[in-house]
Amino acid sequence: MLDIQNLHVVFGTGRLRVEAVKNVSFHVAAGESYGLVGESGSGKSTVLRAICGLAPISDGRVSVDGREVTTPRGKDFYRTVQMVFQDPYASLHPRHTVDRILSEPLAIHGEKDAEARILQALREVGLGSSFRFRYPHQLSGGQRQRIAIARALILRPKVLLLDEPTSALDASVQAEILNLLDELRRKMGLTYILVSHDLAVVAHLCERLLVMRHGEAIEETSAAALRTSQASNSYTQSLIQASQGYSRAAPDSTSIAV
Amino acid sequence: MAGAPPLPQPSGLRAWLLSPEPGSRSQARLGRFYLGWRAFSRNPLAVVGLGVVILLILVAIFADVIAPYSPIAGGDLRTQRLLPPSETYWFGTDDQARDIFSRVVYGSRITLFVVVLVALIATPIGLLVGTVSGYLGGWVDTVLMRITDIFLAFPRLILALAFVAALGPGIENAIIAIAITSWPPYARIARAETLTIRNSDFIAAVKLQGASTPRIILGHVVPLCISSLIVRVTLDMAGIILTAAGLGFLGLGAQPPMPEWGAMVATGRNYLIDQWWVAAMPGLAIFVVSLGFNLLGDGLRDVLDPKAAK
Amino acid sequence: MTKPLLEVEDLRVRFHLRTGTVEAVRGVSFQLGRERLGIVGESGSGKSQTGRAILGLTPPPGEVTAGRLAFDGIDLLTASRRTLRTLRGGRISMVMQDPKYSLNPVMTIGEQIIEAYQAHAKAGRGEARDRALAMLEAVKMRDPGRVFALYPHEVSGGMGQRAMIAMMLVTEPDLLIADEPTSALDVTVSMEILRILDELVSERGMGLIFISHDLKLVSSFCDRVLVMYAGRVVEELEAKHLREAKHPYTQGLMSCLPTLANDVRPLPTLNRDPAWAQ
Repeated sequence: MLDIQNLHVVFGTGRLRVEAVKNVSFHVAAGESYGLVGESGSGKSTVLRAICGLAPISDGRVSVDGREVTTPRGKDFYRTVQMVFQDPYASLHPRHTVDRILSEPLAIHGEKDAEARILQALREVGLGSSFRFRYPHQLSGGQRQRIAIARALILRPKVLLLDEPTSALDASVQAEILNLLDELRRKMGLTYILVSHDLAVVAHLCERLLVMRHGEAIEETSAAALRTSQASNSYTQSLIQASQGYSRAAPDSTSIAV
Repeated sequence: MAGAPPLPQPSGLRAWLLSPEPGSRSQARLGRFYLGWRAFSRNPLAVVGLGVVILLILVAIFADVIAPYSPIAGGDLRTQRLLPPSETYWFGTDDQARDIFSRVVYGSRITLFVVVLVALIATPIGLLVGTVSGYLGGWVDTVLMRITDIFLAFPRLILALAFVAALGPGIENAIIAIAITSWPPYARIARAETLTIRNSDFIAAVKLQGASTPRIILGHVVPLCISSLIVRVTLDMAGIILTAAGLGFLGLGAQPPMPEWGAMVATGRNYLIDQWWVAAMPGLAIFVVSLGFNLLGDGLRDVLDPKAAK
Repeated sequence: MTKPLLEVEDLRVRFHLRTGTVEAVRGVSFQLGRERLGIVGESGSGKSQTGRAILGLTPPPGEVTAGRLAFDGIDLLTASRRTLRTLRGGRISMVMQDPKYSLNPVMTIGEQIIEAYQAHAKAGRGEARDRALAMLEAVKMRDPGRVFALYPHEVSGGMGQRAMIAMMLVTEPDLLIADEPTSALDVTVSMEILRILDELVSERGMGLIFISHDLKLVSSFCDRVLVMYAGRVVEELEAKHLREAKHPYTQGLMSCLPTLANDVRPLPTLNRDPAWAQ
């Protein structure tokens, strides 16, 4: 479904040149869920943004559904690939109602039957029609994220890019959103690429994952391996350890360069 | 907060307007409008300003009904010239024996005409130049902003003078001159707002839906810039009225016998010591209307400006 | 435990808004000795407002009332502004979530630490400088001399937070209130920060209030945990007994987190019972 070969992303030139992603390759099969894990500055989000065209592909190939993507992306691309952002407070237009937010993609692609599809999209993400004419400020964080998911799904894409979709939410709301994402994938046969710093979230939602650090791919591993703490790389191992919470023993296990 | 005690439930129209679950597009919009109005009406000075502006509009519309005399044809020059305010002539009469009250009333039409036209010409130009420049960036931004700088460098009254001198005096030319010098600040504001918006996630989201650049600018960027622009335009109205009056005063705006307030002050200055009302009455009108727009603008800023709001 | 360091009884924080009065904290009581106390809750639970109220930092139009609010026997509610000022930043310090907003951007880190120290201790510049450098070393800065001369924007988030902690601890406070001190940081960095706090508590006998939304983190780090919901403490328990929590809210918070150890799906979600807020 998605194939990434030797992806490089470079921002700026000369002294300001930053190589955000260095030579990253991975392959995601249709219907699979793939995780990108790393700390801030690891380039995991940049990979996602390069796939959808928000960041430049400086070198390498990105293919979706067997075809290499073009820059700028065509309308067909956006019908295949959609994205959900991290902060539901920033990803919805503050002056648009839910109705307007959901009808916008339909209008752009000249879809008919907007009325029914908006109501259906709201149902799919577990919200009723009473939410249709609300403004974002009348919604809680979890409800906003549901709207963002509904907006991403309303064009019936095959691939969903998820950029830390639950890290701005409370724990109990995170569980609801994770369940929703799990269920939608099963029902619609979606392919997910999930970016997160939380290993438990990635392990919950993905089968395979790539650990990234400083823009490079460190190790590709599986959720099953994470669960049994089988990581060949010491950095991955330290991430696993840190995700278990604070431990008074083993004072040197986390001495990682800041 | 989760611990909030339930609020007393309002009833009737208010409940409908404040409903957290609007049932239609218009209810949502009206509810939003109502909330804005509630915030606005809490500021008494702003309401006064709004009152003045509404009064100006009403007076302009019903000038024929309100004014007791003709604003142009004078009375008997021997007996009715330069009369002080009285029951017959509320604001007195001028050197042509015309009723000043009637002239001030008709003058409101000219003032409103100037204000509306300048707003209609300058705001869209400023908005478009600013948002396009801010959103596209790069060389488009450079070119548009340098053009803006050039216009910004002209002193308003001097350019208006040059313009009127070239095209001939008259209210239309004065308006064009004022409009041309008014839009650059609006472009600056719109650009600054756009720069803060363009990298936000909701713009990225609509880009990822495949929206075209004009669609993003008009449908998503402009609505967020427009409120701060409305505030700025309203606050600028006082200055525009003063500039128009200034041009009238210099004899370059509206031409006699049109009852333009600035021109009226100009004729009144010959009689300033003995017949003070000739200059004072139109001067008062300019003052009140300018103040009204300023108060209104202040109130609107509290409601509309996202940065001033919580 | 002889005399408690901090006594809080029936603490309430109200905000009088145009739309009515909102009570963010509704009758919180606890005592703190020289220990690590965690306050856990979701957004809007009043956990941060509790921390702020203790320091007298409730933003207007908030109103704080309490049956008793005493630090080391000093009543914080009736204390003069002067007393409060010397306590604040002197014997009680607070570390906020994001160092970017808590450090002065136009002063070097060293200057800020010196200023914090001199505000509360009569000390010459040389002595203050030595203290500041020692403090930067205590928070495990690799090169204290270099960091001393840097401006806040020149350091990473983790280093900024360490500088912040150094600044807050240079006066050797008896009580530190840390409001989400690590949630803006990467996991590996936050583990280091926690290790520093941990050492300071055990070495200096400082009292620590650790406010966080992260139940997993708090339970592994603190001695005792208060779980807050809708402005109230719904459960207080020993951190090591968190697994045996009685209250359904605490249980719900524990079980709704995905873990590496168990693969539960769908994840149990929290059914909020209105009775919890009573």
